[in-house]
Amino acid sequence: MKRDRRILHLLISGGLIAAAWLWSWGGGGQILMAAAAAVAGLPIAHRAVYSLRYRVIGIELLVTVATIGALVIGEYWEAAAVTFLFQLGGTLEAYTLGKTRSSLQKLMSLAPDRAVVRRSGAELEVPAEEVAAGDTVLVRSGERIAVDGLVLAGHGLVNQAAITGESVPVQREPGQPLFSGSVLEVGYLEVRADRVGSETTFSRVLQLVEEAQDAKAPTQRFVDRFARYYTPAAMALAVLVYLVTRDIEKALTLLVIACPGALVIATPVAVVAGIGAAARRGVLLKGGEALERAARVAAVAFDKTGTLTQGRPEVTALRSFRLEESELIRLASGAELRSEHHLARAILRRAERDGIAPPEIEAFEVRPGLGVEARLAGGSGLVLAGSWRLMARHGIAVPAEVEQYAAEEEARGETAVLVALGDRVVGVLLVADPVRPEAPESVASLRQEGIQQIVMLTGDHAAAAASVAKEVGVDQVHAALLPEDKVRLLRGYRDSTGRPIAMVGDGVNDAPSLAAADLGVAMGGSGTDAAMETADMVILSDRLDRLAEGIRISRATVRIMRQNLVFAVAVVLLLLAGVLQGSVFLAGGMLIHEASVLLVILNAMRLVRLSSRAQDATARPVGGATPMDAGSV
Amino acid sequence: MRTVSFQLQPLTCPSCIAKIERTMAQRPGVSQASVLFNASKVKVTFDEGQVSADQLGKVLGDLGYPVVSRA
Repeated sequence: MKRDRRILHLLISGGLIAAAWLWSWGGGGQILMAAAAAVAGLPIAHRAVYSLRYRVIGIELLVTVATIGALVIGEYWEAAAVTFLFQLGGTLEAYTLGKTRSSLQKLMSLAPDRAVVRRSGAELEVPAEEVAAGDTVLVRSGERIAVDGLVLAGHGLVNQAAITGESVPVQREPGQPLFSGSVLEVGYLEVRADRVGSETTFSRVLQLVEEAQDAKAPTQRFVDRFARYYTPAAMALAVLVYLVTRDIEKALTLLVIACPGALVIATPVAVVAGIGAAARRGVLLKGGEALERAARVAAVAFDKTGTLTQGRPEVTALRSFRLEESELIRLASGAELRSEHHLARAILRRAERDGIAPPEIEAFEVRPGLGVEARLAGGSGLVLAGSWRLMARHGIAVPAEVEQYAAEEEARGETAVLVALGDRVVGVLLVADPVRPEAPESVASLRQEGIQQIVMLTGDHAAAAASVAKEVGVDQVHAALLPEDKVRLLRGYRDSTGRPIAMVGDGVNDAPSLAAADLGVAMGGSGTDAAMETADMVILSDRLDRLAEGIRISRATVRIMRQNLVFAVAVVLLLLAGVLQGSVFLAGGMLIHEASVLLVILNAMRLVRLSSRAQDATARPVGGATPMDAGSV
Repeated sequence: MRTVSFQLQPLTCPSCIAKIERTMAQRPGVSQASVLFNASKVKVTFDEGQVSADQLGKVLGDLGYPVVSRA
C-alpha cells in the first residue's frame, strides 16, 4: 500500500513535469514545475520533519532543504527534477533490492506451516510449531514435511532441495531419515518426529542464514566508518562553499550528494546476493567475513572419515573357502548380530542387502580388539569372526593363501575379518569405508579453482589414509593424528606460507581444527550442532562437490564487492569534483547519485543469476516442479 | 535489559541505516541499536524500567518505518 502511494506521487509528479515542459514552449510552466516538486517532495519533507523531531539529519532533510532552496531562487525545473528523481530512484531501488534478496526469501518461504499428526488414533491438522517430539506425522503427496525424523511406514520420493539444494528427489523408506522443509513428491509417509519447531535442521539453517546476511564483511566496516565522516564533511563543505563563494546553487547541490548511497550499499547488497546464491546451492556461508575468507583460501585440508569417505564402513569384497558366499555371509552375520562394533554393522548391512537372515544364536561373546565368538542354534559348532589373532588364540591355523590375501588387502587400507567354523577358516570379509563417489571430482574442481595444495589430515592409520588419498587425488597425507596434531599442522601451514587454509570436516571431533583453520567447512546435512556453530561454511547437502562451488561463489561475490566499491568511490569523487567545478547541478547530481545506487544493485543481481544458471545446468527435469526451480528468475 | 527485534517493511535506502541506529541509540534507556539491513530488522537492547518496546516501536513508526512484527 505504501509503495502504491509512492508510485501515485511519482506518476502525478512526472505528469506535471511533462505538462510543464510542453507548456513552457508556450511560455508558462513554472507553476506546474513547482507543483510537481511539491507532489514528489511533500512525502520527503514529511519524513524529514519527523526525523528532525528526533534530532537526526537524514538524506530526506538534505533533499528538502535543497528543493526549498531551489524553489526560492526560482529554479523550478531543478526542484522538480531533484524530488522526482529521488522518489523514482527509491522505488527502483526497492524493486531491485527485493530481487537480490529473493534467493533468501524464497528459502524462508519454504518453512513448513502445517502438519497432520495422529494422536490417540485420530488425525488432526496442527500448526507446524505445535507438533511435539514423538508425534507421528502423516505426509501425503505434495506436502511439505514439518519435522526432522525417521520414516515409520510408507514410502515415497522426497525432494530435499530446501536443505541440500539438490532437486533430484530421493527414495525414502521405513528406517530412513527425513528433514523438515523437504517435499514428498509422490507417495505416503508416516514419520516419527524427532526434532520439531525451531530445533529442526531447516529452522537452524534459516536462523543462521538470517544472521549471516547481515554479518558485516571487514570491507563493509571500513566503508561504514568512511560514510560516517563523509556526510557531515560534505554538509560542512556546502556551508563553507556558500560562505566563501555566495554560490547558493553549488551549496545546495553539495547537500544532495552528501549521502554516498552507492558506497554504503555496495558491500551489503553483494553479500546478501552471494549468500543467497550459495544457500540455493546447499552451501551456507556465515556472513560477509566468512565470504571474504572463503574467497582467499589457497589450500584445503580434508578430514578423511566422514568427509572424503562416507563414514559408513561396508563389506567391499569377500572370499569364501569350501562354502557358498551366501553361507559365509550368513555365518558372519549370525556371529556379529549382537555386536556394536562398526565392522559388525557393515557385515549386517551386507546380509540385509543380500536378503540373508542372520541365524539364531545360543551363545555370544565379544573378545575386545580381537573379534567375536558365537554358538549358532542347531549345534553347527563355534563360529569365530575377527582378526588372525583371534584365530591364533583358538589354535586355528590360518592357511598361507588366506594369510597372504588378508595381508595384501590390509596394506591397501582394508580391514580383513576372518571367519572360522569349528576349527577351520572358511572365509575372509574385507571391510572398508568407501570413498564418497563425488570426492575425486570435488578435489579436481578445487584444483581447477587454482587451489593446488590439498592435504589429508586423519586419525586413521597410514595404509588406510594412503589408499583413500590415492583414490581421490590428494597428494599430501598426514595420518595417525590426534585432534591437537591437526590444529598444530593447520597453524604451521599458515605460519610458514602466510596463506589462508580451509579445513573440511564432519564436525564431531573436528571442531577444534575447524576453528583453527582460516575457513572452517563443516559437512552438515545430518546437522551436528558443534559443526554448524564452529564452521564458517556449512555444506548442507553433505555433498563434497559443493565445496568448490561455495568457493567459486565467494570469489565471484568478492569480485562484485570490489567492482562496486571502486565504482562507488569513483562516483563520489567525480560528483564532488563536478559540483565544485560547477558542471553538475541539482538535477544532474541527483540523477548520478540515484543511477549509481541502481547500478551497484544491478551488478550484485548478477550473483543471483549465477546460482540459477548453475541450478539449470545440474537439475535434471523430474515429474512436477521443484520448489527451488519453481520460482527461480 | 531486554533485546527486542522489530521487523520493518523491506528497507531500501542505504541512508536509513544510520538514521535509525542514531535515533534509537539516543532514546533514554536504549543501550544498543543495530539495523540488519538485509533482513530489514532493527535489534534494540534497552532497559525496561526506562522505556517500553511499544514506545520504541512508535518511534520507528514516526521515523517512517512502520513495525510489521516484533520478536
